[in-house]
Amino acid sequence: MSQDTGLEPHESDGSAAAARRDHRPARRRFPTHLIVFLLPAVAVYTMFMVYPLLDSMRLSMFGDVDGVRAFVGLDNFVRLLTDDLLSALFWNAVVQNLLFFAVHFFVQNPIGLLLATLLASPTLRGRATYRTMIFIPTTLSVVIVGFIWQLILSPLWGIVETPLLGRSSTALVTLAMMSVWQYVGIPMILFYAVIISIPEDLIEAARVDGASGWNIFWRIKFPLLLPTVGMVSVVTYVANMNAFDLIYTVKGALAGPDFSTDIMGTLFFRTFFGFQLQRGSSTMGATVATMMFLVILAGILLYFFGWHRRVQTYEL
Amino acid sequence: MNRSRSTAAILAAILVLAGCGEGEDPRDDTADAAATDDGTTDDGTTDDAAAGDDGDQVTLIMESWRNDDLAIWEDTILPAFHAEHPDIRVTFQPSAPDEYNAALEAKLQGGTAGDLITCRPFDVALDLYEDGHLAPIGDLEGMDAFSDVARSAWVTDDGSDVFCVPMASVIHGFIYNADAFDELGLEEPATEEEFFELLDTIDADGTYDPLAMGTADQWEAATMGLQNIGPNYWAGEEGRQGLIDGTESFDEPQYVAAFEQLGRWAEYMPSGFEAIAYPDSQNLFTLGGAAIYPAGSWEIALFREQADFELGAFLPPPPAGQDTCYFSDHTDIAVGMNAASEHPEQARTFLEWMSTAEFSELYANSLPGFFPLSDHEVDLDDPLAQEFLAWREVCEPSIRNSYQILSRGEPNLENELWDLSAQVINGTIEPDAAAQRAQEGLERWYEPQQD
Repeated sequence: MSQDTGLEPHESDGSAAAARRDHRPARRRFPTHLIVFLLPAVAVYTMFMVYPLLDSMRLSMFGDVDGVRAFVGLDNFVRLLTDDLLSALFWNAVVQNLLFFAVHFFVQNPIGLLLATLLASPTLRGRATYRTMIFIPTTLSVVIVGFIWQLILSPLWGIVETPLLGRSSTALVTLAMMSVWQYVGIPMILFYAVIISIPEDLIEAARVDGASGWNIFWRIKFPLLLPTVGMVSVVTYVANMNAFDLIYTVKGALAGPDFSTDIMGTLFFRTFFGFQLQRGSSTMGATVATMMFLVILAGILLYFFGWHRRVQTYEL
Repeated sequence: MNRSRSTAAILAAILVLAGCGEGEDPRDDTADAAATDDGTTDDGTTDDAAAGDDGDQVTLIMESWRNDDLAIWEDTILPAFHAEHPDIRVTFQPSAPDEYNAALEAKLQGGTAGDLITCRPFDVALDLYEDGHLAPIGDLEGMDAFSDVARSAWVTDDGSDVFCVPMASVIHGFIYNADAFDELGLEEPATEEEFFELLDTIDADGTYDPLAMGTADQWEAATMGLQNIGPNYWAGEEGRQGLIDGTESFDEPQYVAAFEQLGRWAEYMPSGFEAIAYPDSQNLFTLGGAAIYPAGSWEIALFREQADFELGAFLPPPPAGQDTCYFSDHTDIAVGMNAASEHPEQARTFLEWMSTAEFSELYANSLPGFFPLSDHEVDLDDPLAQEFLAWREVCEPSIRNSYQILSRGEPNLENELWDLSAQVINGTIEPDAAAQRAQEGLERWYEPQQD
């Protein structure tokens, strides 16, 4: 980031100065106004995002040696990945987290797509009402969503006898579905925006050529939607890998039963802040946080090189 | 559009009205407070003295996480102390329970913490003492009124220094719906066998769920389950000390037996108990849906308020043939003194007063379910609380075995017991495997268990 901030003004310097040369070729001044415009965003972003990120990475290289904090290099990472207790918890959390994301990917995208297509159908009445109603849960607090669904799914007061949230086989998937219910409005709106922006000419031309509605969807609309599917997925991936609130609200920091709902966010919380009699360790917590960052980074790189570069975008 | 505008206007009006309504209460409070201040001025001190510490009167600030108890301290407990010691004025200054530890630590380091510090049990308070924030108070005369078990949560590991005056404990047992017991003609069980016969009878009748408990939050399984019935198996303090000394291990039969009994509870719990959380089981019981609630005594106040049936309580019943009975009388809250206090003498006077019978009686009656830890004879107005307290006469008290020392390493025994107890009840781990895992966890880091 620091590199970026160093580079950007220079690049803009060149072009802006070039532009100015046309008017006043005699003087070449450093465009201070660019710095003025950039500074607030760069300062705030650096102070609240870049610096904490780098500092927590620095913190992950420290540890308690005989009660004194000292630089230990990558020891914390080695411990996190090799210690049988810690690594079991960590990999358990990573796997659950990927499963949590997989449910979102495979359920949220198709449902969002279906809803968007239905919304875009020309014969639908009350479109604004449906759109608003489906989107409203997204604006609710996660705590409220967790609490309401917990009551709905309660074997005592709710609609199902099966303790969906209480069995290790079903708890995580149920939580993921609750989250899908809450956030399905976002892919729906984004897909919907793409679908209604497709020019009518394309569809009409296809119809003239004899394409069925099914064909029009898969051959015309879907390819145009793919870049958005990728973008929605990567945003969901980042949000899911950082998720914490829903699990904490519904299952607590110990993410039971038997850690079956433990994801990286809850593992980080317990490690960093401690829990009940377990004492927190800020250095090991920072190590978990850094690993979260690396896992997210890896996912984004995979998306970028594996999908974003290959998927074809069309100018309309 | 017009309609929505008028709706908005009405809403705004309602909001303004609501704002006014709330605004009235605090003003009343200030009026009251002003009146009290006037009262002190009459005693001959200046207005400043009420807030500061010049003149004859000294103000002590008491840090606490019990913001629920603010009214009790201000209206009942502190006036009694002020009447005896007009030269000392104590202000109760609570913060939110989940912020307390961090806030207190910050205040202590910044030198802005109050003179009196409410102590969490065991390592949290011990850390404060070792960092020099809490003053040793073992030489207070009143400390003789506290037994070793009562002190155990606020002493150094070798037992040499005491740094907080024990204030209250919570007791585990079973609270039952006495009306339901009358209706079904049931008696309190005296042994474990009778306990399960009782559960079978309630189950066969079908009107009530026998046990109101779930495992969703995990801690009930450990705290209200294992730590409730466990002391009868591991002989209370003897077993707890044995684990700490390394002379007993968690995979021995007594611990397996405790897990086994816990595992048998499952069939008497409401269906779907795996997803039933703590407030669910509280509501199930107070709404009259269940007959027995595995309890901590802190439930008494809430149950009194919400249940419209008679309540009774019985001890965790020991296995047949066992003469001594044990129960969990867990040390929970104490008060110590800020080592940096500017008024150590006055703070010690207050702590001394906290060790008297008068304080014990006041406190215990204001907060039924939190029991004084001193040896003074105390009479409680609440018969249910009195019943819990009377167990100290017949059975041996002990504290939760995972709280002292054994939860310092990784894995943390307390967290392990939450997980294992819940799993034993859920049927996803066998009792002997659970005991085995708890032992392996201890052996990983706790030296006395490693041989």
